[in-house]
Amino acid sequence: MTRMLIQATGPAHTRIYAYGAARGEVSVPNDDLIGPIDSSDEWIRQRTGIITRTRALPETTAIELATDAAAEAIAKSGIDPQQIDAVIVATVSNPKQTPSVSAIVADRVGANPAAAFDLNAACAGFAYGVAQADALIRAGAAHYVVVVGAEKLSDIVDPTDRSISFLLGDGAGAVVIGPSDTPGIGPTVWGSDGSKAEAVGMNGTLTQFRDGEVPWPTLRQEGPTVFRWAVWEMVKVARQALEAAGVEASDLAAFVPHQANMRIIDEFAKQLKLPDTVVIGRDIETTGNTSAASIPLATHRLLEEHPELSGGLALQIGFGAGLVFGAQVVVLP
Amino acid sequence: MAFSNDEVLAGLAELITDETGISADEVAPEKSFTDDLDIDSISMMTIVVNAEEKFGVTIPDDEVKNLKTVGDAVTFITSNQA
Repeated sequence: MTRMLIQATGPAHTRIYAYGAARGEVSVPNDDLIGPIDSSDEWIRQRTGIITRTRALPETTAIELATDAAAEAIAKSGIDPQQIDAVIVATVSNPKQTPSVSAIVADRVGANPAAAFDLNAACAGFAYGVAQADALIRAGAAHYVVVVGAEKLSDIVDPTDRSISFLLGDGAGAVVIGPSDTPGIGPTVWGSDGSKAEAVGMNGTLTQFRDGEVPWPTLRQEGPTVFRWAVWEMVKVARQALEAAGVEASDLAAFVPHQANMRIIDEFAKQLKLPDTVVIGRDIETTGNTSAASIPLATHRLLEEHPELSGGLALQIGFGAGLVFGAQVVVLP
Repeated sequence: MAFSNDEVLAGLAELITDETGISADEVAPEKSFTDDLDIDSISMMTIVVNAEEKFGVTIPDDEVKNLKTVGDAVTFITSNQA
């Protein structure tokens, strides 16, 4: 007779235990970037809401930013690093394809031999990572998971590009996710639309660069197209995430959209009809757009500036190159 | 129900005022969105989406680039009404 397999099961609920953050060491004001794009401080502020962005020193890597953010989240969580059995790093900007950022980060934070993998979902990467961590824990595949969004986008910008480069910053944000007695992570609404793959992404491949066909590849976007999608399509996704979680906009303590552009954040909040009681993440003003890192960085800052948000509900939504998107409601630690 | 040219122009002027604060009196068919009215690409997209809803038309992203003047937009909307 064939033996029956044992199949893993996990706890019914999960929650975020703590956040960690690391930003690039250098604050880069608009005035430092306007020359090559023939622009002005006012032009950048008016179109993006950015006053300054944080960028890393040339020798600082996304791995180091990720390690710092993860270490802070682990320390604040009170979980022994040895108990962490999975590390997920969402990133699109590490200039070395393999080995993964996550395996090195897991080792450096004391979580070796945790399972480790990188995740490429651009600006939705953190929301994708939270979805993964929640599912892995509830399926019994891991007990405590570190999720990091980490980017050094300053390596893939073109100073003469007027579409996206001047928006971008460097940083990493991290969380520790583990079992919970009560629901702490709502259902994830996620998806993709590869028919719009050209709307935002790299403008060349490494092989084209090797063969001298293109300059060093950098990020580009079709700004107006992305803006329309990021507001009017993503508002539908945000509403679905609220509905799936069984909550209303008025139940939220905070709204933390991907920090793409202040104009997107403002229009998004307007379309969602958020009551004034909901605190909105606006970290982009001084950090810039840090892709996968932007949501945990913005949330980390909100929790520092508004400790009363602890225990409240936050709607987070990421959207970006792919196109891909992911949203969920979480309980803030 | 179909909107006349004048109705579309007046409706567009209202949407432009809402988004940018530009007085409706300044919105005329010959005015360029960028050069005369100083409307940036993000505001333009907001106006486009609101115009779609108001007039029941679809204005694809690729088409937005061709709408240089207010008159271009009025013509596109009136000739593409359901």
